[in-house]
Amino acid sequence: MKLFEYEAKSLARNLGIPTPKGGVASSPDEAKDIHKRMGGEVVVKAQVLVAGRAKAGGVKFASKPDETRDRTSEILGLVIKGEKVKKVLVEQKALAKKEIFLSIVQDRANKCQTVLASDQGGIDIEQVAREHPEKIVRQRLDPIFGMRSFDARSVALKLGYAGPQLLSLADLLSNLYRLSVIYDGELVESNPVIETQEGRFTTADLRLIIDDNSLFRHPEFQERSREPSSEVTPLESKARERGLAFVELEGDIGIIGNGAGLVMATIDLVKQYGGNPANFCDVGGGANADQVATALEIVQSSERVRLVLINILAGITRCDEVAKGIVEVKKVVGLRKPLVIRMVGTNQEEGRSILHSEGISVLDGMDEAGKQAVLAGAG
Amino acid sequence: MPILVGRQTRVIVQGITGNQGSFHTRLMSEYGTRIVAGVTPGKGGTRVSGIPVFDTVASALEAGDADASVVFVPAAFAKEAAMEAIDSGLNPVVMITEGIPSRDAMVIMAYAKENDTTIVGPNTPGVITPGETKLGIMPGNAFSPGKVAVVSRSGTLTYEISASLTHEGIGQSTCLGIGGDPITGLDFVDVLKMLREDPHTDSVVLIGEIGGSAEEDAARYIRETRFPKPVAAYIAGRAAPPGKRMGHAGAIITGSEGTAATKIERLTEAGVRVAEVPSDLPRLTREQIPQLRQ
Repeated sequence: MKLFEYEAKSLARNLGIPTPKGGVASSPDEAKDIHKRMGGEVVVKAQVLVAGRAKAGGVKFASKPDETRDRTSEILGLVIKGEKVKKVLVEQKALAKKEIFLSIVQDRANKCQTVLASDQGGIDIEQVAREHPEKIVRQRLDPIFGMRSFDARSVALKLGYAGPQLLSLADLLSNLYRLSVIYDGELVESNPVIETQEGRFTTADLRLIIDDNSLFRHPEFQERSREPSSEVTPLESKARERGLAFVELEGDIGIIGNGAGLVMATIDLVKQYGGNPANFCDVGGGANADQVATALEIVQSSERVRLVLINILAGITRCDEVAKGIVEVKKVVGLRKPLVIRMVGTNQEEGRSILHSEGISVLDGMDEAGKQAVLAGAG
Repeated sequence: MPILVGRQTRVIVQGITGNQGSFHTRLMSEYGTRIVAGVTPGKGGTRVSGIPVFDTVASALEAGDADASVVFVPAAFAKEAAMEAIDSGLNPVVMITEGIPSRDAMVIMAYAKENDTTIVGPNTPGVITPGETKLGIMPGNAFSPGKVAVVSRSGTLTYEISASLTHEGIGQSTCLGIGGDPITGLDFVDVLKMLREDPHTDSVVLIGEIGGSAEEDAARYIRETRFPKPVAAYIAGRAAPPGKRMGHAGAIITGSEGTAATKIERLTEAGVRVAEVPSDLPRLTREQIPQLRQ
């Protein structure tokens, strides 16, 4: 789950991480007041979860409060990569001597967290990594010991710092690491950390992504993680609230299956035969009739969906439960879209006879089901 | 014995009294798995399907020896359950649990490495040696004994493909899910290293999906070490949009990393036959093994 910059910074400040002075505004007048209180030059930044806001015109500078009001009103009207800007962060502009990139990432290949750092901050770091890999400092962190003070010092040293500056940058990095530990950060990234004219460091930008699997120990974010946002569509929100793994796609063939890999493969198959899947919906292992009914109700509720393809390979899941779920939907709200069902495995005969007695037919093969769904969907 | 587990492997089930744990203990026993004890804190002295339950792994081992563990413990407690198994010398430790925070998984893997313990998973269907034993939740009837190893990041897709191999008369030596999480114990390369020397395995079916670089790493290993056995593969998620988690915590394209297209390209370059659809794998496998050709 991604946090907004202003949220991440407020958590960071509590840990003593230096951030520029500033405030959050939802209206041009609020932004103007913040500027008035702080004085000086400010930067107005769109608060969005997507990356690339600067290129989209979501970051602007202002030297007078009236200007801040005008810039804010421009930014609040923007839609950046589909995300409407609802808030801006107004911050004192820090005069940068140097811009540094600091991040703590999940390093899947090495099964640990790794610090990535560079003195070429402020720009697209993937580009730096491609063109000047030698400019990226990497420091793997031992999962059991975590970041030790000398790990942090080693990064600051490699970035070219010495003396008190080395210590203060190492301290900032250690605190970013603490932030990642406390909030189970899948990613903590500051691009840039600014080295000011006076030689001090401040995190001018901050991103924090919380590991979704850790939300059980962060109750304060649980509800928020399911709310609709630029990251979660209303239909996804509804589906996830009811315990389904659900991703909305752009097509018109609804997809339901059991198991993430099988559902992905079903989507690929439909695409391969020229169809366009409307969603990814995994009812999970051992799904009962209610879960299947919930999935079908949600998938068929989408206006775009013209047909629903159900692909069940029952292992722990039982075909009779799946069949009961489908029949339940038929009886309670009605089957609003044509169905193509492939269902094999545990209790196959029981399941099929339940569906057959309702006049619903069932296929054996996944390929066959994919083809039929695409043909019927196109008709 | 085939890789990792066989008929003789004595198994402890951690989290044996839970819904999943008790249900699958019964199914594993029916399949032939030698389950010698279960562990659930606070439930010591009870029984599940006739199997004695203990409060700690250590006390279970005092009552009788065991080799391996299957973990059904909920995500919040899974890290310590794994460490308990590692401390007691159980090996391998098969972690069925889904939804373990990555930070916890990293600690488990680092601790396992220090102690030379093999972790399968987490978020895995487990490992099965068809006809001998299964440590996991896969439906036994999808598999049959034979000489093709199946290694996968997915559950049901493994059953789908194994069942189609079985249906075509192609049996399996080992079927192993490395797990759908970003951080897993064994990855494809580790398993390929074991299969390389395994006399029971003639060829490999690798089932990958979007996210991470386990498939690319496998491709490099196959190419650079001239892996001596034929490999066929299927990669799920070709139509998946970037930035979205497709059910599995690990199935996500981040930036330009982890796309199906790159994985397929790397595997193909390494001489792996990549199937367009899962149902193509029996044919590809048959073509790769002379003894199977008709």
